[in-house]
This record gives sequence, C-alpha cells and structure tokens, in this order.
Amino acid sequence: MYFEISETPIDIIERRTRMVQYHAGGYVSFEGWIRDHNHGKEVRSLEYQAYPALAGTEAEKILQEAKDQFAIDDCDVVHRVGHLDVGEIAVWVGVTAAHRGAAFDACEYIIDELKIRVPIWKNEHYLNGKSGWVECHECKKKAIEKGLIHE
Amino acid sequence: MTYQLLYFAMFQDWAGKNEEQFSSAAATPAALYEELCKKYSINYPQRQLRVAVNDQFANWEQPLNDGDRIAFIPPVAGG
Repeated sequence: MYFEISETPIDIIERRTRMVQYHAGGYVSFEGWIRDHNHGKEVRSLEYQAYPALAGTEAEKILQEAKDQFAIDDCDVVHRVGHLDVGEIAVWVGVTAAHRGAAFDACEYIIDELKIRVPIWKNEHYLNGKSGWVECHECKKKAIEKGLIHE
Repeated sequence: MTYQLLYFAMFQDWAGKNEEQFSSAAATPAALYEELCKKYSINYPQRQLRVAVNDQFANWEQPLNDGDRIAFIPPVAGG
C-alpha cells in the first residue's frame, strides 16, 4: 500500500506487475488522463502542483480507509506533478482483491476521495495562450457536503 | 510571532511567491488569513478554504505558535 508523487511519467505495467500476488483473484485500475478540453476551453497542457507533506498523509489515510472498508488485498496510488501534455496519465490507482466487486468499489472510493481531499491543484494552459488554476466544481460541492469547506 | 507561510495554486499568484516568513500578531489561522487578505488584496472567502498547520489539517481557531508552518488550502483539483 503506497501513495507516491511522481515527477516522471507513470509506468503502468511496472506498477501493475509490482502488485501481482497469488492470493488476489483480480486487479482493478483507474487511470486519469489529460483531456484536450475543459468547460468548453481547448486545453494544450497542464501543470500539477502538490503540497507533498500533506498530500502524502491524507492519501495514506484514504488508502487505509479503503483497506478497512473493502475486502481488498492491496491498493496503491501514483499522482503526477509538473508539466503534463494532453494524453498523459495524471493519476493511477491500482487495487487487488480476492474478488472483483471489492476491487471495483475500493478503486472508485480511492479516486473519489482523492479528488476531494488530497492537496493537489492544476493550472490549465489553453490553446489561446491563457492559463488558469482549475476549480473543480463537482469536487468543491462534495467537499462542502462532507463539511470540509463551506458554501 | 513569525510564521512560515506556504503558498499553493492561486495563492502563489496572489502573493507573488511560494513561501515567506511572516511576522504577525495574529494568534489563530483565521486572524492570520484576514491579515493576509488585506496585505495581498485577496477576496477569496475563508469558509471555502481549509488550513494546514505544520503539514496537518487544522482548525481555524486553534492557537498558533511562533515558527508554525501555515498553508491555506484552496479547493483541491487533483485526479
């Protein structure tokens, strides 16, 4: 079980291979990709920034919660920081379990919580030359629902 | 007291730096944020932020100590 912040591209095959063990009957993963549009604007690239010390402790809490709540064997997360181009992988979540149901549920839980709680931000660079820090309205709404921040 | 302030995301743009040593009489994160808003003409509402003291999420009203490392955390956007 680990959370890692990476300044270099995430090697999905290598990460997956590290998780292989004979007790698990299934592996579920999620990859978050850089898409070429957001709220109607054409995106050229992104800059991810993290507060590493706090991101690490908060992400590890989320992974522990996933282990406590779901019948899984293992769960890992890697998040990129720095400059990312369209098509690159921003985040990878891997979960192994004896049965697939728990692995799917835990994977969804981890990425959902990460997007609400882990201090990572992105600055979008648009084709028109402008840029801006992204406010994820859906994440903000969920953070309000959880009482982490307020309306 | 002197605090170490860490700036992330839009706070870096507003303050024009990543971090600074900040002398202040403010004794809580809430009071400190109010002071910072005046200094840098920030109008982001405190209620939509979280605050971290010494790399842990903290309460807005908790007493601060000299040398504390403080970061104001705007809504996150990872993933």
